[in-house]
Order: sequence, then structure tokens, then C-alpha cells
Amino acid sequence: MNAPLPTRRDEAWRYADLKALATVWSKLDGPEQIHVPAGESQSRQIAELPVVDGVGVIDLDVTIGDNATFTLYLLAHNADYGRIHVRATLGNGSHFELGGAILGSGQQTLEIVTETIHAEPNATSNQVVRSVLADKATGSFLGRINVARHAQKTDAAQSVKAMLLDRGATANAKPELEIFADDVKCAHGATVGELDKQALFYMASRGLDPATAKKLMLQAFIADAFVSVGDDVVREGLESKALEVMEGLS
Amino acid sequence: MLKIENLHATVGDTEILKGLSLTINAGEIHAIMGPNGAGKSTLAYALGGRPGYDVTAGSASFDGQDLLDMDPHERAAAGIFLGFQYPVEIPGVSNLQFLRESLNVQRKARGEEALNGAEFIKLAKEKAALLKMDMDMLKRAVNVGFSGGEKKRNEMVQMGILDPKLAILDETDSGLDIDALRTVGSGINSIMRKPDKAVLLITHYQRLLEEVKPDFVHVLANGRIVKTGGPELALQLENEGYEAIAEAA
Repeated sequence: MNAPLPTRRDEAWRYADLKALATVWSKLDGPEQIHVPAGESQSRQIAELPVVDGVGVIDLDVTIGDNATFTLYLLAHNADYGRIHVRATLGNGSHFELGGAILGSGQQTLEIVTETIHAEPNATSNQVVRSVLADKATGSFLGRINVARHAQKTDAAQSVKAMLLDRGATANAKPELEIFADDVKCAHGATVGELDKQALFYMASRGLDPATAKKLMLQAFIADAFVSVGDDVVREGLESKALEVMEGLS
Repeated sequence: MLKIENLHATVGDTEILKGLSLTINAGEIHAIMGPNGAGKSTLAYALGGRPGYDVTAGSASFDGQDLLDMDPHERAAAGIFLGFQYPVEIPGVSNLQFLRESLNVQRKARGEEALNGAEFIKLAKEKAALLKMDMDMLKRAVNVGFSGGEKKRNEMVQMGILDPKLAILDETDSGLDIDALRTVGSGINSIMRKPDKAVLLITHYQRLLEEVKPDFVHVLANGRIVKTGGPELALQLENEGYEAIAEAA
């Protein structure tokens, strides 16, 4: 890629690790184009980032045709610096579904950046991102939703929650809504928290050792991101991969 | 079974228990009554090992083992069940999954075989029926969206499934309507009224004690037990109030 390195002046790169990115920037190909034809549905699961020199970048530019559906499920975990960027442009009556989990430890910086462009009326989008961060890891979600002036009856939802397992971990969650139409629904929520100590004691009082109690709680927390996966085998695959990664967290 | 001697416990910088002694033998049901702030819940939490409830002096042993030296989950595996005054909600974790994991972890710690799915469901159904709880509620996330009474009933279903030696029940009767109180009372009797089990009931009211007849009633005031008697003491408290009895003691 010959484009100049991004700078933090651009909001989408505000939390990024630009130094890490510089080592692979020239090797990146630019966004992968995905086109979902009208009326069709496509799904993509990314359980591992393609990592070069510790840096893993995925960049998708998705055009979703009229009445088409695109679903994307992500696990961001296996990179020192990992970034998943998705730009989705929605046609009339189409749907975009994103379920993502960010699982970080050590010094990892992992981010999911989405731009959801409701360019036409009657489209819906739903994004659920859950982060579990240990040690000094940073997990960020930046989600921009643009609703064009004539994109009436848009229904866009975003739910972002992060769980910090250690004092040094950082979570950023930033929804950005730019709405020009007047008959739309845009719901967004973001929370950052820790494991509920009361729940941990409650579980211990029933005999669960701390590791098992923590596992059950994190499993339940992450499951939100994959609850919309239609295929049970795919969902269980994503959940068990997430669990395996989380068991490695401090 | 449980022997508490001169127990002192603090929450933060405040000493709540100030030299409490109590012995509970197998086959006995003890009730602890007392005014707000007397230290009843602190006693339950200190025995359960809740972080933040620090025992500063005294001892507590369970079946000869030093209770205070055990982690909360080890106390559960040893056979202690703590019924919470405010049962905690655990979003996303189903009751059945939670209880099956808990039971099997306890069984494993005791060197027993884990129950398989079918065996566990059979047990859960039996205990839910005993407490008149709908099996559908056991499939839902732990206590999430449950009413106060349903949470208490759920505590008793859990107790039935986990089958402890000693149940410490912290205001299990609060928030229950009269019918639920009767159901919970008879649940406690059928699960725990056995020669090898014991119960420590913490309550404000006489009503539960009409269902679950205690062998001993203790009055807890200002961090220690100030009076011990039989069931008649609960009636006396109901009529005369805590203040009169605590002062006379």
C-alpha cells in the first residue's frame, strides 16, 4: 500500500498503535471488497487475524445489496496489534450483523472499527462487541453509524461492553452517530466493568472454585456477541475458541 | 458439627461481632434472632468466608476442621450451604448449568462420582417440585428477573440439590408471602430435618419458626449472643421486643 501512514488526527486511528502498524503498512493490500448481491445473504467468520510481525489487520469494504444480509463474526486476540476495520454500506431493506469479541492480555492493543452507512431506507444493522482485557491490554471499539437523509425507517443498534480483569487494562468504546433522516431508530449502549465480586462469592458459596466461577461468568459475557449466529456448530466453534483464549488470560 | 468460640469479626474498620460463641450439633435447628445491626448477616458471611468480613479473633470449626482456614468454595464442599438474604443475579449463566457445575465440583472435592446430565435433571426436577418451583425457572439465568420470593425459593431448591450438612439461612423468610413461607418452611424441614444435618436460621420473625421448629433460639445483640432458650424465647421476643430482652440479659 502506497498511501501514507494514518495519523491520530483521524478519529478512527485515535487509539491505534501506529508504530506497530508502520512495520507492516507497506505489505497491506488495502480493503478487501465484498459485494452481497440483492436478496442474497453472506456470512463471514474470522477467528484468527492474519499476523505479520505481530501485526494483524483486516480491512473489509462491504456493499450489501437491496434486501441482502451480511453477517460477520470476529474474534480479535492473536496479535500484538490487531485491527479489524469494516465499512458496510447498506442497500434498501438490507441487514448488517456484527458480533465481535476482543480478548486481550499482556501489552496487546486490539481494535474493531466499524463504519455502518445506512445509505438507503428500511435497512437494519446490529452490532454486539464484548471485550475481555487482562494485564495491560487495550481493547477499543469505534463504531460510526451514518444515516443518509432519505434513509428513513433505518434501525441501527450497537451494544458494546468491556470487562477489565486487571487494573492496568484499558477499554475504549465510542459510538458515533451521524443521522440526517428523521424517522429512524438508533440504539447504542456502552459499559466498562469488572467481574462482579458479589456474583463470584455467590458462586464460591455453592462450591465453585474461583477459576471455574470466572470461566462461567466470562463465557456468559462473551456469549452475547455470538447469540445471533444461526448455525449451532459455528456458534459453538466461536464460543469454544473464545473460551480457550480466555483460559490463557491471567 | 459447628463450634464457634469467642468470634470477633470486622467489616471495614468496624467491629461487628464481639466475642460470639455458639455450638451446633448434628440434628439440631438453631434460630438466631436480633435487632437490625446486631451482626446476624455478618455472622453468616463470616462463616461463609465472604471477602471483606474479617475474623480478627476467636475460632470456628466445622466437623473438627478449622473453618476459618478454608476458602469459601472449600467450605461449600465441606458441606456448608449459605442461603443469601439477597441472592445474586448472574446474567447469562443458567440455573441448571450453575447448579450442575457446583454439585459436581463439590462431589469431586469429596471424591464422589460426578452426576451425568440425566441424573442431574432428575434430581433438579425432584427438588424443584418439592419447593413448587417451575422447571422453566431453573432453565433461566440465575435469579435474573426473579421476584424477591422466587429468589428465596430458588435458594432452597439449590440447597435441596446440593444437600449440605449445615445450612446457614440468612433471612430466607423475608420477602415471602404466607403461602411461599409455608412451602419454604416445609422444604427446609424435608431437606434438613435429619439426624446428620443441622440448620442455623437467621430471622427477624416468629412466623418461619412456626413452620421450622427450632430446638434452640438465640438472641444476638451488639455482636454477641445475649440469651439462649427454647422455642418459647421466640414468642417472648415477638411479644416483648428485642430491647427489653437484650437489656434484661
